[in-house]
Amino acid sequence: MEMITVTINGKNYTVEKGCTVLEAAKAAKIDIPTLCYLKDINEIGACRLCLVEVAEKRGDALGPYRMVTACVYPATDGMSVLTNTPKIAASRKMNLELLLSNHNKQCLSCVRSTNCELQQLCRDYGVEESHFGGAVTESKIDDSSVSIIRDNSKCVLCRRCVAACKKTQGIGVIGANNRGFDTQIGCAFESPLAETSCINCGQCIVACPVGALYERDDTDKVFEALADPAKHVVICTAPSVRAQIGECFDYEPGTDVEGKMVAALKALGFDGVYDMNLTADLTIVEEANELLGRIQNGGALPLITSCSPGWVKYCEHYFPEMTENLSSCKSPQQMFGAIVKTYYADKMGWDPKDIFMVSAIPCTAKKFEVGRADQSAAGVPDVDVAITTRELGRMIKKAGINFRALDDAAFDDPFAIGSGAGAIFGATGGVMEAALRYAAEVIQGKKLEKLEFVEVRGVEGIKTASYKVGDLTVNVAVASGTANAKALLNKIKAGELDVQFVEIMACPGGCVNGGGQPHQPASVRMNMDLRAVRAAVLYNDDKNADVRTSQDNLAVQKIYDEFLGAPNSHKAHEILHTTYVKRGL
Amino acid sequence: MKKSLTTVTFCGTPEQEAKLVEIIAGYKDVPGSMMPIMQEAQSIYGYLPIEVMQIIARETGAPLEEIYGIATFYAQFKLNPNGKYAIAVCLGTACYVKGAGALVDKISQELNLPVDSTTPDGKYSLEATRCIGACGLAPVMTVNGDVYGRLVPEQIPGILAKYKD
Repeated sequence: MEMITVTINGKNYTVEKGCTVLEAAKAAKIDIPTLCYLKDINEIGACRLCLVEVAEKRGDALGPYRMVTACVYPATDGMSVLTNTPKIAASRKMNLELLLSNHNKQCLSCVRSTNCELQQLCRDYGVEESHFGGAVTESKIDDSSVSIIRDNSKCVLCRRCVAACKKTQGIGVIGANNRGFDTQIGCAFESPLAETSCINCGQCIVACPVGALYERDDTDKVFEALADPAKHVVICTAPSVRAQIGECFDYEPGTDVEGKMVAALKALGFDGVYDMNLTADLTIVEEANELLGRIQNGGALPLITSCSPGWVKYCEHYFPEMTENLSSCKSPQQMFGAIVKTYYADKMGWDPKDIFMVSAIPCTAKKFEVGRADQSAAGVPDVDVAITTRELGRMIKKAGINFRALDDAAFDDPFAIGSGAGAIFGATGGVMEAALRYAAEVIQGKKLEKLEFVEVRGVEGIKTASYKVGDLTVNVAVASGTANAKALLNKIKAGELDVQFVEIMACPGGCVNGGGQPHQPASVRMNMDLRAVRAAVLYNDDKNADVRTSQDNLAVQKIYDEFLGAPNSHKAHEILHTTYVKRGL
Repeated sequence: MKKSLTTVTFCGTPEQEAKLVEIIAGYKDVPGSMMPIMQEAQSIYGYLPIEVMQIIARETGAPLEEIYGIATFYAQFKLNPNGKYAIAVCLGTACYVKGAGALVDKISQELNLPVDSTTPDGKYSLEATRCIGACGLAPVMTVNGDVYGRLVPEQIPGILAKYKD
């Protein structure tokens, strides 16, 4: 790797050749403000807040200082960079004031207040009020989607959401329409988002620096149910929520707060607080058996996982011919609701109608999933409300619960046990690894000595591996982010890749980087790979778990013994499996 | 100005579609070919309604929104077809200072038709153009190439009456 020397604010630093001034500034531990730049996602030099002064080497001397945008300007050898002059501060402040001149400044009622990147910069630069009055671009709120709401009156046209949708996810249902003062981010022919091929993944929300994009808030429905004495209100939390929700309470990313999270949910008044890791295990048992069945009986291969509702909808829109390859298993969230409203309702003598099932998930697409057809095992929807990690954080704050001061609590029986295999569902490759642990032990009929399948771990977009399981050779592939999924599926369709089992997660890095996760500003994302940091929590949980395979989860075994019979039984199919729609574009 | 969507029923033919598909095939693997494809599509259909952009999206694999974004960015792309009677009012400098804005308003009001759109029956379209080079006659409008100059808004109903059938 070729290195160059750059002077930043008078000190010399050695940086990689080819990096931008913004990246070089990392060496000097300087965070240059960016509203449009987002690492790995958007680099277009549009917002002009990353302005710095640079002087480049001309022969032996230094040329004159010029203002450039740090996010796209390449650092060159001998360059001198100034990141903090009065001229720069004045320009940045002016640009902020210009942005505010066409911005809905109702910060008090904005969902992003206190974690808005624009608000933070205005504070940092001492923007007191906008000096520029005048016309404001007219816009309407698009609240057609069950997952994602767009309020363009707060949009700063940074196009991070556009890049996340098109580049990261390979979808592109949103973009900039019209030009100049009329420019707005929206869908083709001004359609409501719900009428497009949007998969509800929410990566646009996570990318948005301001309050222009946010999830549909369903917390009132939960508070209402909690206040209703006739309802049994229960909640299950997805594997990755415990690895994220601490961030809502100012913990460092990558802090495992499972105990406090459970305690907070109990304090909120839920009648049962359960671990979705358990139905992750149940999913593995069903799905691994489905895979073995398809291999032995000649079903559609490769079998592709169906845990990620964003991915499922992506498949239905963009690869409708491959919906046969999707596992018919419901997602762990839906399995949880189905089991609670059938098995547990029976056991407790409750009418399923009186159960209010909430799921806490790092995902906005789950809000769509709860309303899907064929997801009502007991004749009522399996899950009543899906709330994101962000919403759960807000609920805990609204209820006045002092999260950081809580003592750890444990999940409630009979849904308290989740294996390490279930825990790693939240990271890309986790479902694959969990399934391999199951398949390997069941086929070979003996315990694995080494449970780690490290080839499928890590944040890489597409991973492939080949494993010998008994006499079977199983070729597997793992993709996260739907742009990677598209590339992988096209390879499989073209016959370039022979695989029997594929795991796909809609969000890059899996659920730990889901669309419902707590917001982290561009400056944090610049210095830390959140996907890896949060995933480490789950792999650590797995390493320390007493039970590390789905088949050894006694709670799961009990559900089979008492209720479902055997994996993939008729009853299991009725309750735990579902169907798909060929949506097309 | 924000472009308005058409309300005119699409009447494209299979022949037009075949021609467009063939043109797009010719641009296969040519980077940056979206603009020329859209220009050729517009020359086939006269405008770019959703049906045409969907063909382009299907054949190129580009998201529909990307095509729509380009079509609404550049003034050269039309989202509305020319009406049977295509009315164009010059908004060049000379016409503008001589009161062409009032002509546009009057026509718009008479036909209940916003600028740069077409009546749902496809009969009239109203376009505000750049200078057409007839500054001596300012303010000027044309209807299917018939030129009317030195106009005042009161003359508009009389002119429109000639284009009733």
